Amino acid sequence: MTDAPAPPPVAEDTVVRFLRGTRLQHDRVRDQWVIQAPERAFIADPIAAEILRLVDGTRPVAAIIDILAQRFAAPRPVIAHDVLEMIASLAQRQVLTA
Amino acid sequence: MTHIPVPPPMSLLAELTHRCPLQCPYCSNPLALDGREHELTTDDWLRVLEQAAELGVLQVHFSGGEPMARRDLPDLVRRAAALGLYTNLITSGVLLTEATLAQLAEAGLDHVQLSFQDVDTAPAETMGGMPGAQEKKLAAARLIVAEGMPLTTNFVIHRGNVGRIGRMLDLAVSLGARRAEIAHTQYYGWGLVNRAALMPSRAQLEEATRAVEDARTRLAGTLAIDYVTPDYYADQPKPCMGGWGRRFVNISPTGHVLPCHAAETIKSVPIPDIRTDSLAAIWADAPLFRLFRGTDWMPEPCRGCDLREQDWGGCRCQALALLGDAAATDPVCTRSPDHARISRILADLPETPPPLVYRRYGNAPG
Repeated sequence: MTDAPAPPPVAEDTVVRFLRGTRLQHDRVRDQWVIQAPERAFIADPIAAEILRLVDGTRPVAAIIDILAQRFAAPRPVIAHDVLEMIASLAQRQVLTA
Repeated sequence: MTHIPVPPPMSLLAELTHRCPLQCPYCSNPLALDGREHELTTDDWLRVLEQAAELGVLQVHFSGGEPMARRDLPDLVRRAAALGLYTNLITSGVLLTEATLAQLAEAGLDHVQLSFQDVDTAPAETMGGMPGAQEKKLAAARLIVAEGMPLTTNFVIHRGNVGRIGRMLDLAVSLGARRAEIAHTQYYGWGLVNRAALMPSRAQLEEATRAVEDARTRLAGTLAIDYVTPDYYADQPKPCMGGWGRRFVNISPTGHVLPCHAAETIKSVPIPDIRTDSLAAIWADAPLFRLFRGTDWMPEPCRGCDLREQDWGGCRCQALALLGDAAATDPVCTRSPDHARISRILADLPETPPPLVYRRYGNAPG
């Protein structure tokens, strides 16, 4: 949807989880990560897959940022920007919820 | 013989049965409905699910007819879920009870798409041909949402209900649906038989589109809306099934394996059968799947068209139904030499709709 409003921002202390009926799954045949959702499966790009693999319903967004900043030896503000933007977008697309 | 490997399908539409308590005149099922005695067995379907997962299918849509008319549905859902397939139930809801829903949820069902014929009871039940259906559907929606299962409500649009789209979407929200489909009738099978009774006018279509756009703004963040238009009013054809034999595979109640649910109308090649061949072999090699896969089959103007890998030449079954040639450019396309056929059909729509031909065994014309 091109005319969708910008997603509302997500705070770092938010705990996000998958909405029921939505999950990350490894597609063995095509060797890629996919987001399974009602009546559609879409490919999770590598960044989305890294983030979503850390979504467990207990970890706050800040912890996800910390883990990825360490894993990729990248400045935390850069990772934080990407993670918050991705999570807001996935929440708007009804994949994740607070 | 060398083969370019064929990418596997993403989705399986499992049409478990043609039996259904409703009789909607826009049904996408073929005119020749399969009887119960010819349906695949539970073991056949369990084998299909295993083959589908192995081939690379990600989502299975259990449909019909009314798939809940099959008592083995929970067993099929359980096997599909165990195989990692995303399980979707496409149902009228009239057979759904707290007990049957609990069984399906326990088996691992991921999502339900529930059909409504209308927002108001009287026209809904006139269309569905089943008194009492609307209350059963509303009750089904409430049970699904109470269970926590994600719900998509589906409304099929025609000239009789096109003015009520805004209220249909309000109903979807009030029931707690996350998604709604506003799907104009597609003119195949029973829908084609009833075209003159169902096709909206261009003004009605424009009003419908405005109602959907308004609701998308009004309900942003609450309800996602899928909108399917009637392609007769389009300038370009739809990319039917995302291209022939590219993403979808359909299996009929008797085990026919099809690139789309209308493909049994194509008689020039044998219809592949899951009882005698594997899904992988059929997908890769069956003449029916190879017939219109890719772009090599295309006539002009498709062959030289920049859009050939966007719309894949449109719909083969529509070309067959309207022109008698499944290999012709979809006449919906303004570049088709036969596009005037579509304009004439629209110009000749009657002021007063003819009586509906209800979808039931033995009721097909001809």
